[in-house]
Amino acid sequence: MTPGPRKSRTHGTLALTILTLPVIVTVSMLSACDRLPEANIVLAGSTSVQPFAEILAEEYMTLYPDISIDIEGGGSAAGILAVQSGTADVGMSSRTLKGDETKLWWVEIAKDGLAVVVHPDNPVRNLTLDQVRDIYTAIISDWSQIGGAKSEIHIFTREEGSGTRSAFESLVMGKVEITPRAMVQDSNGAVRQLVSDDAAAIGFISLGLVNDQVKAIALGSVAATRENVANGTYTLTRPFLFVARNEPTGSTRQFIDFTLSAEGREILNEEGLVTTVEGRP
Amino acid sequence: MRFSEKIPGRVLLVIAFSALSALVLITVFIFVEGVPLIARVGVFNFIFGMKWAPSQGAFGIFPMIVGSLSVTLGAIILGVPIALCCAIFLTEFAPATVRNAIRPAIQLLAGIPSVVYGFWGLIFVVPLIRNYIGGPGLSILAGSIILAIMILPTIISISEVSLLALPPPYREGAFALGATQWQTIHGVLLPAARSGILAAVILGMGRAIGETMAVIMVLGNAVAMPSSILDPARTLTTNIGIEMAYAAGEHRQALFATGIVLLVMIMILNSVAQYALRRRQDER
Repeated sequence: MTPGPRKSRTHGTLALTILTLPVIVTVSMLSACDRLPEANIVLAGSTSVQPFAEILAEEYMTLYPDISIDIEGGGSAAGILAVQSGTADVGMSSRTLKGDETKLWWVEIAKDGLAVVVHPDNPVRNLTLDQVRDIYTAIISDWSQIGGAKSEIHIFTREEGSGTRSAFESLVMGKVEITPRAMVQDSNGAVRQLVSDDAAAIGFISLGLVNDQVKAIALGSVAATRENVANGTYTLTRPFLFVARNEPTGSTRQFIDFTLSAEGREILNEEGLVTTVEGRP
Repeated sequence: MRFSEKIPGRVLLVIAFSALSALVLITVFIFVEGVPLIARVGVFNFIFGMKWAPSQGAFGIFPMIVGSLSVTLGAIILGVPIALCCAIFLTEFAPATVRNAIRPAIQLLAGIPSVVYGFWGLIFVVPLIRNYIGGPGLSILAGSIILAIMILPTIISISEVSLLALPPPYREGAFALGATQWQTIHGVLLPAARSGILAAVILGMGRAIGETMAVIMVLGNAVAMPSSILDPARTLTTNIGIEMAYAAGEHRQALFATGIVLLVMIMILNSVAQYALRRRQDER
């Protein structure tokens, strides 16, 4: 069989296209690798601090384009370990240092408040920490038991591994577990949306994300406000720390100073955190 | 055959195998990551364990297996009758103009991204259930309704194709014996097309059991064993979807292990479908 010239040409073109495709893909992947900048400052640690550090780093890198910042998650413990072993310049922690860790240099960049939120129409305005815990262990299961309308409480929590959840667990739950019947959502926004939709719901979100769709419950008669977080009367808070092995110098120092500057604090405040200047030994 | 003639065939062969190798790679990766955890926890404890709390080292996924099966079953119960009626209407009753309007509309249904289904479910279906039926609204029922709509296009189009593929003498013979149109449909056409319809239902089940995004949004994701269709539940897919962001170490392995169970369930489902289809063909 002798194929006509036109047919073999079409086949040739097809084969050529198919053969060149992987080459193009490989080359473009390699060149993408080339363009990755070399990291100058490495941050690692709490996934709760990470998004804020990313915003700060972005702002900082537009001011100082020759310095690049590499940010990794992994959790507070991993971040502190990375600083101790020297694999990271700055550790991000969303809890206070304990034991051996207190020998490290640290600075509190801000405080994050946790708000327990309910539907705006819910008559309950004030709960004790014990009552919140009893709701989350399903000991209290109806709003009428704590001064609300007769209705089953719909409990919302965050997923395992979330920093907001672990903060809630250590600050409110202590050693007891959140009931498995609690509904799980994977973001602050989802919890807020569902609570704003359901008159019988309760949830917890970052204080900075409370808006008029939901009502933040007062805890032991202390309102969940930025002022009460700053003055220390509202207890559902956690510190966001930057940790280093020794007193930082050079570009690391410059980045931390930027974070603590008026400009850096403004960024953090805008993102919903409460900035304080504490620590910094 | 000349050498230049062989090239396209060989090239296409290599590329076809690269698609297969992707399957092998993914499967091997999931097993390598997940098997060590299953081995440590024990197959029985992993599959039939009632408690899931990765931070305390409790890895039992039985409530999620029940969750996956119940939303899928719910979707089939709600979706299959509607889909079948639609397919019968399209092939046997609808005039050409109506058919040409409905068919693209159903195809459009298949093109809606699952996140849009989930969002619609969250904003519309969930409050409806909460306000008129009870419970928190985020529930197995909400998930089943959303999935029932999502599997409609698959079931309708495959059932329609298998009804249209029936030889004309089936219809003509039935009419010649004096059967009415309805008698023809349920006495002759549906039984004759049942293998295709069964395949359609099983493909729909595959879609339902594997769906993640829409289900995360309307199911509530609680890890407790559901006791009614108004209870929130978690499926195998949403367990991976909701926890993967921060999972590390054992927790991450446990999510891959969940993937293994899901993979095995889907393989069993496909084998059952293949077997059923082959038996129907043998009967003819």
